[in-house]
Amino acid sequence: MTLVLNEEQLMLRDAAAGFLGDRATVAHLRALRDRDDEVGYEPAVWREMAGMGWTGIAIGEQYGGLGYGYTGLGVVLEQAGRHLSPSPLQAAVLVGATVITELASGAQKEQWLPAIAAGERIVTLALQERRHHAPLQTAMKATRVGDHYVLDGSKCLVLDAHVADAFIVVARLDGHHADHHGLSAFLVEAGSEGLQIERRSVVDSRNAGALILRDVQVPEACCLGAPGEAWPGLERALDMINIGLAAELLGLATEAFERTVAYLQERKQFGRVIGSFQGLQHRAAVLFAELELARSVVLDGLRAIDAGEELPLRASAAKAKLCQVAELATNEGIQLHGGIGMTDEYDIGFFIKRARVLQHLYGDSHYHLDRFAALSGF
Amino acid sequence: MTAIDTFRQETREWLETNCPASMREPVRSFEDYYMGGRNPEIAHPDQKSWCDRMAERGWTVPHWPKAYGGGGLAGEELRVLREEMARINARKPLDSFGISMLGPALLQFGTEEQKREHLPPICRGEIRWCQGYSEPGAGSDLASLQTRAEDQGDHYLINGQKVWTSYADKADWIFCLVRTDNSGPKHEGISFLLFDMDQPGVTTRPIRLISGASPFCETFFDDARAEKRNLVGEVGKGWTIAKYLLTHEREMISGFGAATGRPLGEQALEFIGADSDGRLASSSLRQAIAQYQLDAHCFARTMARAGDEVKAGQGLGAASSMFKYYGTELNKRRNELNLAVGGEPALGWDGDVYHGGQTARAWLRSKGNSIEGGTSEVQLNIVAKRVLGLPDA
Repeated sequence: MTLVLNEEQLMLRDAAAGFLGDRATVAHLRALRDRDDEVGYEPAVWREMAGMGWTGIAIGEQYGGLGYGYTGLGVVLEQAGRHLSPSPLQAAVLVGATVITELASGAQKEQWLPAIAAGERIVTLALQERRHHAPLQTAMKATRVGDHYVLDGSKCLVLDAHVADAFIVVARLDGHHADHHGLSAFLVEAGSEGLQIERRSVVDSRNAGALILRDVQVPEACCLGAPGEAWPGLERALDMINIGLAAELLGLATEAFERTVAYLQERKQFGRVIGSFQGLQHRAAVLFAELELARSVVLDGLRAIDAGEELPLRASAAKAKLCQVAELATNEGIQLHGGIGMTDEYDIGFFIKRARVLQHLYGDSHYHLDRFAALSGF
Repeated sequence: MTAIDTFRQETREWLETNCPASMREPVRSFEDYYMGGRNPEIAHPDQKSWCDRMAERGWTVPHWPKAYGGGGLAGEELRVLREEMARINARKPLDSFGISMLGPALLQFGTEEQKREHLPPICRGEIRWCQGYSEPGAGSDLASLQTRAEDQGDHYLINGQKVWTSYADKADWIFCLVRTDNSGPKHEGISFLLFDMDQPGVTTRPIRLISGASPFCETFFDDARAEKRNLVGEVGKGWTIAKYLLTHEREMISGFGAATGRPLGEQALEFIGADSDGRLASSSLRQAIAQYQLDAHCFARTMARAGDEVKAGQGLGAASSMFKYYGTELNKRRNELNLAVGGEPALGWDGDVYHGGQTARAWLRSKGNSIEGGTSEVQLNIVAKRVLGLPDA
């Protein structure tokens, strides 16, 4: 496998660019925000995405998916990043399906993956509890009582929480704080007694929410994989998810950059286009170089998932680099647009807002640079 | 047995017989590279015989046509030869600007006669070449060069001065940018000339660098003579060839960005120590090294992707400037970190205790990477204009 997209992937990219650029754009996101839409995305568009098979893009064919792998999913996520397309693609397809694939038993996969692949159900991950991503410090309590488990605790930044059909709730069954051992993941249906779902308003105008679980009873069969042994699968799933988010950040940063370069070519001051000033040219050229590196590390990560290679170092490299490059691209985007970049009317602001949420999700550049160093042995 | 298997077996046997044991030792210093020439610098007597044996088969430059002294190898066979050499750690028999720079330009722009005259001696390591590009008044603004070549019928007379001529004091011939016409725009009227350095009109003077080494010279021409048949391409159209060669040079220099040797983090842990969690004790240095290693990781993936793209038939084009810019800036960062990690011994200049000051000297030398072959600022200009389409001031 190489770092160049093949024929099939190029066709998928063009199809995604065409569809999302028409049906799920920044303008659509803006409209959803402005009318305080109850759902937060266009269900009709989501159904069409499912109709094209995108909801099952990385899910194996035995579970009703397309089996295009994560490079295929990454290609679509990159386009979703370019257009800031509002949909449950991240929550259900990248996050939910990946965690189930990596953690669940055969029977559990049979139960959930075909429904996700068909776009019929949205299953999302409830992991974060406090200010920052720190999965080993999970405090949500799971207690075994007879033939079921009881969950107690709270979660935040759960993507698409208020429209999800079920949650994968990560909880501590035993072991000490920060132990690898003792973590479990439970599938909890949205209507469960004692589960409170609160929609929250986040800076990117996309869907996120918080959960409160008070004595929520979960049948034994809803524990994903072996009790207390969720960490290895969860860690691998998080690596895959972070590479996918890096692909979305790549699309977002590239689009912000291209819009900025286009603006440099059109805006006139001092009697000439500002893109003719060397001070600005060099900033654009540096950003171009960083984006080239960003593309390589994302493609390498996606390829490594599909080739079944070691992921931790690659995933942290991809997420750390893409957080940094997206931060730079969106900051330069605002600055080089000048005053107009500060207005809500202009779209560039939507890019910087979405970027920071994606950066934060499942570990930001600081988290992943630190992990990259630790994995490198220092 | 398929043809390629036969080729592999024969190659393996020939290399086993002909590659001296000393030429299977890793390259330890710059002297271990054999550059050839009329008066070759020889660090080990086997260097010349290894080069001669390989040259006989055309394998000093295996991918050049046989007619010009190359091996005529392509695709599978080329790959097999490289694999078989790597298998026994065989050194490259010959390194030179003739191979890396002039040769590709002659193959692209030279006449049949020029190729037959100049390429075989390059393959055999008989003639060592140097590059006459920069002048005291023409650095980043290379096209403003003023070294004159006057038409004297069957030859040119050359007057002027070049600077930063790599190994001019050791080279036999020079490929040189000269001005044949001063009347038009500066990019026109430049010609690409080849001439012998062994003549009364040519003098060289080595330049001592901040690293203490003298790899570059000032080169003076005082009625130096070049035969007309050694003009490459058309008169006044030398800038096209110059740009082609600069692209080659940039790709070569950007390779410096690829990390080699022991990872910095590992070294730092040994020299500085770890905290109770096993992390490098200096958190600030740890972050700087992590950021460097992250960027080097991403750069290496980008070099690999560029290779895949070329194989897939997509060109690199002006993006070679991006590689030159990023690779050299990375190499400078690495050398700066080498100093920080190394501490006192890294500041040593001379003597065995300091390994001849190799860390400090390499650090100082690296400062030139983002200047030679076009400065970082010039590379960013090229990216802005040719890749991003931003207008001239």
